Amino acid sequence: MPEDIPEARPLLAVRGLAFRRDETPIFGPLDFKVDAGEALLVQGDNGAGKTTLLRVLAGLLGADHGAVDIHGHSAQADSRARHIAYLGHLAGLKADLGARHNLEYLCGLHGQRPGQTIDAALQIVGLAGFGDVPTRQLSAGQKKRLALARLWVSPAPLWLLDEPYANLDLDGITLVNRMVEAHLGTGGAALITTHGAYAAPPVRTRMLELGSPA
Amino acid sequence: MMRRAAGALVTRDLRLLWTRRGDAFQPALFALLMVMLFALALGGDAKALAPVASAVLWLAVLLAGLLSLDSMFRGDAEDGSLEQWMLAPVPLWWLVLVRTLVHWASTALPVILAVPMLGELLHLPRAQLPVLMVSLMLGTPILSLLGAVVAALTIGMRRAGVLVALLALPLYVPVLVFGAGAVAASAQGLDAVGALLLLGAGLVLALVLAPLAAAAALRIAHN
Repeated sequence: MPEDIPEARPLLAVRGLAFRRDETPIFGPLDFKVDAGEALLVQGDNGAGKTTLLRVLAGLLGADHGAVDIHGHSAQADSRARHIAYLGHLAGLKADLGARHNLEYLCGLHGQRPGQTIDAALQIVGLAGFGDVPTRQLSAGQKKRLALARLWVSPAPLWLLDEPYANLDLDGITLVNRMVEAHLGTGGAALITTHGAYAAPPVRTRMLELGSPA
Repeated sequence: MMRRAAGALVTRDLRLLWTRRGDAFQPALFALLMVMLFALALGGDAKALAPVASAVLWLAVLLAGLLSLDSMFRGDAEDGSLEQWMLAPVPLWWLVLVRTLVHWASTALPVILAVPMLGELLHLPRAQLPVLMVSLMLGTPILSLLGAVVAALTIGMRRAGVLVALLALPLYVPVLVFGAGAVAASAQGLDAVGALLLLGAGLVLALVLAPLAAAAALRIAHN
């Protein structure tokens, strides 16, 4: 966290970002920024490029044009790794391992937020008591909750959530909103893709509408 | 940070191995069957078996390793773990190196440990055993590292199957030549140190270059 002038340096700033696959434009050019304590809802139909946008921001795909700045500095692999936690359609959970062992592994890989424990995170997402159940025996919604627990212990301030509401019951949707709210309250930020049919988290929100580029 | 990530990955792989501990013996069983088939085909005659024993054992270890090559990164690619590796604050090549070494320790090492017993089946001259073991300990990690590159290159395919073998086997030739060659040289009373040193040099080179190449291949395949 830069203590100097936080307003002047948004957590994430994107200028003229565009991505094309085999000469077909997928999205962009896009300009937006996300400050600490803010959520950006990325809306759009299926195939509008929401997932691709998140993957470009995470650094899994290279953009064709434009710049991504994190705290005012051009995003590099190591600054991305320190600031971004990405939750995609595949959560990187090992089906044969229990919830706790999966979290221990992902924490070892990505680091752990000081003061957070794995048991507390499992409690928060409603998986207390499922710590030793192999992940293959969890339901799709419970796997999603486990993936959210991983974000909760991650030290990264910027969450990229790809369809976090998918597969979740009403309780789960409230849970996502509560977690996003708490995360933003501690100076974090989040990008959330949705089809627009779900309740948005009760926080300071910007909107980004992705349409299919003509 | 790199040590913590490596520790987490090793712990995870060992736990996964424990949940599927039956699978861990498969390469060793394959090598055992292959050696038995050779012994049967050659009639179980000590005079016929002893001269080819070391070459057969090298081939058995090599082919057993080939079987498990496709599983090196496939599981991690399919469940999204690979994405998390790319997003982790440690270099991808480091995780690839750790994964490859754990894979070697869980697939090749059990076979190597079984080699003294398999050698008895083939009437391997006792004097050749130390050189054979050293050449295997130096050579098989090279095979795993080269195999990691091939496994990474084919990760984009749904089922790579035979293609992995077709790509890997030509790369294995020098390792087999020097590995089996070292044992053959010592059997003729020549000094095997030269071939073993070359294997050692190859291992160092593979340790440095193969993880970088495999990491680059994984990134390309994953786009």
